[in-house]
Amino acid sequence: VNLWVLVLATAGGCYALKFAGYLVPARLLDAPQVRRLVELLPVALLAALVVVETVASGRHLEWDVPRLAGFGAGAVAVWRRAPFLAVVVIAGVVAAAVRQI
Amino acid sequence: VLEESRRAVVRDSLGVGLAVGAYGVAFGAASVAAGLSVLQTGLLSLRAFTGGTQFAVVGVVSGGGTLATALGGGLQRFVAAQGTIDESTAMAVARRDPAHARVAFWWTFTAIYVCWNATTLAGAVGARALGDPAKFGLDAVVPRGRVNLRIAAGAALVALALIPVTPPGVPVLAAAAAVLLAGRLR
Repeated sequence: VNLWVLVLATAGGCYALKFAGYLVPARLLDAPQVRRLVELLPVALLAALVVVETVASGRHLEWDVPRLAGFGAGAVAVWRRAPFLAVVVIAGVVAAAVRQI
Repeated sequence: VLEESRRAVVRDSLGVGLAVGAYGVAFGAASVAAGLSVLQTGLLSLRAFTGGTQFAVVGVVSGGGTLATALGGGLQRFVAAQGTIDESTAMAVARRDPAHARVAFWWTFTAIYVCWNATTLAGAVGARALGDPAKFGLDAVVPRGRVNLRIAAGAALVALALIPVTPPGVPVLAAAAAVLLAGRLR
């Protein structure tokens, strides 16, 4: 029963959070300061997230070679302007290949 | 020419849908392994459907008037809210043309929704057979976008420094806050 409460609460909470974004008045969002802030925020959040997903294992730094290789391959692919799907496949294949070695 | 670029938008959206869908297998498997039933797992994917909820909120905000206007009001907004995730928002706000933004949003949303839920079910049902997601390189799939490199590097360094000394989750939020603060002061 507890799990069901968790599942339903998560579903409801996620929807409410997403819908809340649409209720913010457009005038507020078009203010130059707010615009600049929200332009940079995803960049900072995603960059930090990539680092955490790549080298963190709980509160430890973990230099997992296959994962780093996959990340590196993906980074090169992005730099070479490969299409999105190619970037994902290249990163995944390289990581999997290095892990098999 | 417009038709041609519209097709490119749709193609990109479908690509993102397929790529993100691959995660669904890992989610479904992990969820069942954690003790949720197949039905509960499926419901989470169908109803919660968030790729990192914190980004979805930021995403709506960063779409600003543009995205909200592009997606219209009324009943459509209630469906749009469900489809507002990192990927659909990112694909939409990357387009200057509102018509393209609309196409990108709905195609990305639909593609990911279908793929993600199908693969979640597959993962949940086949949890025993799948084994470790890392074996398939699913842990190395990285986000992509046009970025302000200085901001990105700053946030990455702060997060790296905080990983050993703060609980999980904090490095990402702290890095974002620190970098934005630095950007303001400069």
